Amino acid sequence: MVSRISVTVNGTAHQAEVEPRLLLVHFLREVLGLTGTHIGCDTTNCGACTVLMDGRPVKSCTIFAVQADGRDLMTVEGLATDGQLHPIQEGFHEKHGLQCGFCTPGMMMTGYALLQRNPNPTEAEIRWAISGNLCRCTGYVNIVEAIKDAAEKLRSAPAPAGAGR
Amino acid sequence: MATQAHGMGHAVKRKEDARFLRGKGTYIDDIKLPGMLYLDIVRSPYAHARIKAIHAEGALAIPGVLAVITGRDLDKYGLAWMPTLMSDRQMVLPIDTVLYQSQEVAAVLATDRYIAADGVAAVEVEYEPLPVVVDPRKALEPDAPILRQDREQKTNHIWHWEVGDRAATDRAFQEAAVTVKQDLYIPRIHVSSIETCGCVARWDPVEGKLTLWMTTQAPHAIRTVVALVAGHLGLAEHKIRVVAPDIGGGFGGKVPVYPGYVLAVAASVLTGKPVKWIEDRMENIQADSFARDYHITAELAAQRDGTLTALRVKTIADHGAFDAAANPSKFPAGLFSICTGSYDFKAAFAEVDGVYTNKPPGGIAYRCSFRVTEASYMIERMADIMAHELGMDPAEFRLKNFIRAEAFPYRSPLGWTYDSGNYHAALRKAMEKIGYADLRREQAEKRARGELMGIGISSFTEIVGAGPSHTFDILGLKMFDSAEIRIHPTGKVVARFGTKSQGQGHETTYAQIIAHELGIPEDDIVVEEGDTDTAPYGLGTYASRSTPTAGAAGAMAARKIRDKAKKIAAHLLEAHEDDLAWERGKFYVKGSPDRAKTIQEIAFAAYTNHPPGLEAGLEAVAYYDPPNMTFPFGSYICVVDIDKGTGEVKIRRFVAVDDCGNIINPMIVEGQIHGGLTMGLAPALYEEITYDEDGNIRGGSFMDYLLPTAVETPRWETDKTTTPSPHHPLGAKGVGESATVGAPAAIANAVIDALWHLGVRHLDIPITPWKVWKVLRERGVTE
Repeated sequence: MVSRISVTVNGTAHQAEVEPRLLLVHFLREVLGLTGTHIGCDTTNCGACTVLMDGRPVKSCTIFAVQADGRDLMTVEGLATDGQLHPIQEGFHEKHGLQCGFCTPGMMMTGYALLQRNPNPTEAEIRWAISGNLCRCTGYVNIVEAIKDAAEKLRSAPAPAGAGR
Repeated sequence: MATQAHGMGHAVKRKEDARFLRGKGTYIDDIKLPGMLYLDIVRSPYAHARIKAIHAEGALAIPGVLAVITGRDLDKYGLAWMPTLMSDRQMVLPIDTVLYQSQEVAAVLATDRYIAADGVAAVEVEYEPLPVVVDPRKALEPDAPILRQDREQKTNHIWHWEVGDRAATDRAFQEAAVTVKQDLYIPRIHVSSIETCGCVARWDPVEGKLTLWMTTQAPHAIRTVVALVAGHLGLAEHKIRVVAPDIGGGFGGKVPVYPGYVLAVAASVLTGKPVKWIEDRMENIQADSFARDYHITAELAAQRDGTLTALRVKTIADHGAFDAAANPSKFPAGLFSICTGSYDFKAAFAEVDGVYTNKPPGGIAYRCSFRVTEASYMIERMADIMAHELGMDPAEFRLKNFIRAEAFPYRSPLGWTYDSGNYHAALRKAMEKIGYADLRREQAEKRARGELMGIGISSFTEIVGAGPSHTFDILGLKMFDSAEIRIHPTGKVVARFGTKSQGQGHETTYAQIIAHELGIPEDDIVVEEGDTDTAPYGLGTYASRSTPTAGAAGAMAARKIRDKAKKIAAHLLEAHEDDLAWERGKFYVKGSPDRAKTIQEIAFAAYTNHPPGLEAGLEAVAYYDPPNMTFPFGSYICVVDIDKGTGEVKIRRFVAVDDCGNIINPMIVEGQIHGGLTMGLAPALYEEITYDEDGNIRGGSFMDYLLPTAVETPRWETDKTTTPSPHHPLGAKGVGESATVGAPAAIANAVIDALWHLGVRHLDIPITPWKVWKVLRERGVTE
């Protein structure tokens, strides 16, 4: 049994026939080849698979691809525009907000979504916002700094939204 | 892009970020080959059971399921068992008995990962449950069931290890004015790197070559082990290529060989097709090697004035069903013998007994060098208990007993020669930074008001950089490491190392080492690791060994190149070698700085105009065998406030002063310390894996194994002192694990410091709100 779905991912429309049980994260990674979205747990705890669905961060390991039918998705591959890194990506680089890089796409997507709705978050607000994303390498200090850095840059010079938005 | 050479001591931004920021890293599950099959694993629901029958028909009836592999199938090829790194053996798949819950029982091979999972669900296994032993102390009782029936020795005792002078230590205890004794349990925890383990095995029947992409911290050692284990099947080392792609965190959990890797290789050889195996999180936590699980009884002896005289430690180490730890061969208890820590003991004795239980195998590290956290936690907890017992301030007690700076190199009573240290300076700096005296005053005021506030210190000494070949080997392979540097005609560099980064930033720091030695800009240097077909042989990245071993090899290879470059420069400048001087990036004629040749000009000449009698080219390989370990150290101070109503421990401040010798990249070092502190916080307050009496795991997923999030994790405050290693070519020491080693005791000491006046001497980590609330209630402090 397959279902036909239409989704927009990073600004590009896709149509596909998928099994109803196919997880969104596997659709992105295996069907569309967007391997920047990672899988770190099976229980919606780690957030490595975080993507934006209609602008809101969701854990794509806990959503079926069919549930994304008709939705607008954005993944880490959609952050940079014309080869230019988004300020959230620049922040992670400048502030050493990543080490092994595995949680990084999910962290950046969560940080991106936070700054969309709250351009000037406090440290506590940042920490709560990323509390659904686990990082084992960094101890979070520099991730918080990276998101602050991006917030500052975006406030002084709003960047064009990523390709997906 | 910068085009200058920065070298040591600069916060160079990381090269590897470019791909990770764009989602363009290549982790194991990103590898997809044409015709690739998927392997999934049937696991045991029982901790100890006889397998009566495995029924594969239901699984094989599912379209897309190609095979169900059992232990009996593997046994035909002599592959049902594999050797562990500790010269024990481990089941790949059981022939008749399972020894822990979630142990691999059968493998399902299918055309798709969903179908493979369907196949796993459809395999029916008949078990006959057997008596379970989860407590290692019970495993040593005479009537305990013998778990390893495959061994000649019918006992659950694996080995006994001891170090130090037992008689002198016993004497010191008899003569001591003050002694303290404490049982400390360091619970089983799991590294839980955010990427789980997995591999893609591709057997090429035409070339007779196996390529194995896998999540490994030690690709070269793995290749050799595969060649030794599967040699009888025609796999030879030159036809085995192990590739460690981008690794999503290792922390020790990606050193061992897990059955899934072997099964994927076997399945690929069987089918001639590439086979992928990726474990899910629950498989990762429930079946991969674990850390700690040390039952320690420790004793300290001191004079009345607070001078420490002796240490005596007895430990039972729960190694699970197989001794699959990843320690150097001569060290079944790892480097636990660093347990005299930062103190000048006259006598010490430590003994450890390894024991089998019905739990997954291991005793692997958790971001620490071979049992160093166990040692450090023990001695730092005991130091606090003794200080409190004597009525001395824990800082004053430490300052009184530290090894003095002028005593280095220092020979410890348990046999190590500490290379360098200045423990007084690190602790004084931490005390100043946190405002120690003011905090003690505040604590006294709060205590008078009935509020619970604690200050905890941990002044740890690590031992990292395994290691000197006279002492350190794994399965006979000496623990040197390597670097190969090739300078191409235009002065651009490809450098390869025997280690493998899992987030430590080797592509950047190794480039800085080469830039420092040769004056070639970091931007002109590409660092490669992890491919056994191209990189020189090395033992890999764990136990904070990359900088002490491979980093040193990089410096030594660069110096070989500089020696040759000098000869070429002399030829080009028509000068005698002795008349040349080096300034970073060029040789010049002494007294005539204008007469100079840059390293880039020299590189070009090495291929276009090399001197008669000298070989063309400009490259070098170095295998670095360290003369000693490096001994990083630090002093951490933690301040906690305890909520009397809930028992919750809140970390108000945490100051970490680290000394890892000369620093290559301060940004990366600080990042390593932040991460290490968080993996020290984790077992101190949150993480623990326990089992019920039937051997059922409690804490087998992220739903109930509590990794700290950004909310629990405090804003770490870091600082440093710098005491170079006298024997490392760059004066550097390892740093990746210092904070994991040092932090747990600082936090535990802070909690007990808050509760000591209530008569609380010790609480085992993790110090949960429940444990604290219970003792507060027992003492009538809360309702």
